[in-house]
Amino acid sequence: MAKQFANDEIRRIYRQCDENGTIPEGVIDTAWKMGLTSSSIPEAYGGPGGERSAITGSLIAEELAWGDLSITMHALCPALFAYPILEMGTDTQRKKYLPFFCGEKYKAATAALIEPRFGFDPCSLLATARLEGKEYVLNGEKCYVPLAAEADLFLVYAAENGSSQGFIIEEGTKGLQVGEREKNMGIKALATYEITLKNCRIAKEDRLGGEKGCDFSRIMNSSRVALSAMAVGVAKAAMEYSRDYARERVAFGEPVASRQAIAFMLAEMAIEIDATRLMTWEAAWKLDRKDEATKEAALAKAYADDMVLMVTDRAVQILGGHGYVREHPVELWLRNGRGFTTFDGMATV
Amino acid sequence: MIDFEPTQEQKEAIDIAHEFAKELFRPISRHYDEHEHESPQELIDKTWGERNKGTLALGLDVTASLRIEELCWGDAGLFLCVPGPGLGGAAIFASGTKEQLQRFLGSFNEGEPKWGAMAMTEPSCGSDTSAITATATRDGAEWVLNGEKIFVTWGKRAAENPGGLVVVWATVDKSAGRAGMKSFVVPAGTPGMRVEKLEKKLGIRASDTATLIFDNCRIPFENILGSPEIKKVDKSETKGFKGAMATFDATRPIVAAMAIGVGRAALDFVKETLEKEGIKIRYGVPRQKLIALERDMMEMEANYKAAKLLTLRALWMMSQFQPNNLEASMAKAKAGLAVTKITQKAVEIMGPLGYSRKYLLEKWMRDAKINDIFEGTGQINMLIVARRALDFSRDQLK
Repeated sequence: MAKQFANDEIRRIYRQCDENGTIPEGVIDTAWKMGLTSSSIPEAYGGPGGERSAITGSLIAEELAWGDLSITMHALCPALFAYPILEMGTDTQRKKYLPFFCGEKYKAATAALIEPRFGFDPCSLLATARLEGKEYVLNGEKCYVPLAAEADLFLVYAAENGSSQGFIIEEGTKGLQVGEREKNMGIKALATYEITLKNCRIAKEDRLGGEKGCDFSRIMNSSRVALSAMAVGVAKAAMEYSRDYARERVAFGEPVASRQAIAFMLAEMAIEIDATRLMTWEAAWKLDRKDEATKEAALAKAYADDMVLMVTDRAVQILGGHGYVREHPVELWLRNGRGFTTFDGMATV
Repeated sequence: MIDFEPTQEQKEAIDIAHEFAKELFRPISRHYDEHEHESPQELIDKTWGERNKGTLALGLDVTASLRIEELCWGDAGLFLCVPGPGLGGAAIFASGTKEQLQRFLGSFNEGEPKWGAMAMTEPSCGSDTSAITATATRDGAEWVLNGEKIFVTWGKRAAENPGGLVVVWATVDKSAGRAGMKSFVVPAGTPGMRVEKLEKKLGIRASDTATLIFDNCRIPFENILGSPEIKKVDKSETKGFKGAMATFDATRPIVAAMAIGVGRAALDFVKETLEKEGIKIRYGVPRQKLIALERDMMEMEANYKAAKLLTLRALWMMSQFQPNNLEASMAKAKAGLAVTKITQKAVEIMGPLGYSRKYLLEKWMRDAKINDIFEGTGQINMLIVARRALDFSRDQLK
């Protein structure tokens, strides 16, 4: 289903989306109706109550990202808010917010983790949350917040006494300011924004997980698994395209793929894509078992970061000058591929 | 669905093999590295006994590969002394008839320790296995073998110890090219087969790598594996050669399993040392905050994991009778190169301790390298992966 959608719908428009910086509502609505976000929301909160699995999520993320990374991140963006609530929210938070994601139309909700500075580390955030009586006061700057301009709900991560916690902020809350749309090297179709929190006050109960707080390392691990799966999808797209090109393109009287210099690049690309997929599945499997998955997820993600850059760069190289022009999509995949080291927290399974 | 949990049976197999690796292999590891061509008799007798009890069964499945990883964590050279039908057995398994399987391997496990070997490489042909020049000529109810085979792993033990066997690749008709390539089972002690010399090697020194001479060596007609017919129908119809290649689909993941055993030995050694020094590898910390040592360790670990998962996939597919030619080559190419790099990096990290013969790490680096060479070099396996990925024939991608 995800594969067909990626092939029939996403691939039809993705190039245009990247050029224009917009994604047609239609394709996002189609994705929404496939239940990408809502399928695992329990019936009690208005969802179909399907089983939640990081492995299934990884399979879907890979297929969609093979279609296009921007569209995938846009379509799955509401999950950045919904899944942590589903997994770690208090009962009140679940009742209040989960039905929001079970309607007919796409609902934008997002999460804000990354900060615009050198040495950003999700585990030592500069944005702060301070408890003042019955309220949290949030201050700080965030960037790469997908769909911030249209989102009704934000999950903002900030340091509370040094530990990263999530805070639910509704659109329109005083002190939450959405800045200009960002201009990035890749994922150009995905609208991302800087946001500023200036003495933004929310109720004490609006901390993700309430009194208990959240399991932040699990949120990060889910992000790593999702991004690794997407990296595999992007790499697969680049590998297939450059492979097909190398089979057709004739130089010195034979297809360039008949030369080992090209063929060996493709072989290594194929091996590393498969290896990364297996590592991603292993980490996802650990997540599904609720095991400690930090090591597996971190290794898979680091491996995927290197792999997707290597593969997309080689895809451009194999096409030579043609790889550098925007007539072919490999340059887009290289721009998107480079971003995975930055995208922490921008996807989840 | 997808499951990465070893079964209870596999966990037990790993534990038992690990115990042997630790108690039986490691203590004598250095000795047999420095006394090349000496035979580790105690290890041979003991592993032979365990093998026949089933505790160290080394077939071509996931459980066996997990065992092999453990034993090679102990010592890869000594692992190659463990008796069994080995690559000869794998070849018979891949292209023999049921009757041949029974005749050659049916009672292999009985009596004294025995070895099986496969003789393919010749002085003038290595990776290009289709260029072999050894000949098999039909003479009534017999085949007459002539030629020289080098780099035969288990060569001496298989050729000289009663009950052993050597599977020899030879051509029955040079003009037929690949179609003329056939394999023949030569029982140990057959007149006309002799061990010419043992190689002195960079690593896996406990393993006997032999040159075998076949000088009018006569074997029964029924010892040919697969069909004696030469099919010249089509260039792609190269059955004998395909038999050799089918063997590789089975043996390459096994070699990959050996490789990852050596790689893990090096990794474990470095990890233990870091632990003693109080250095912790911080997983999940952004890259720009990591120290070089942490980056190196993570890269080594990830590569070990990548190689292992590719290996298990190739073996699992084989156990499900799925074609695994691509996956077997992927696993072998990745594992051979990965452990070569892992062990070399480990020596660098450990500095004077890494280079010293006081520790086994330098030996593991020497041992690891063979995995990027035998059963198809890394480059040959890349070529196979590339052909598969491109759907190119041998002629389209040379």
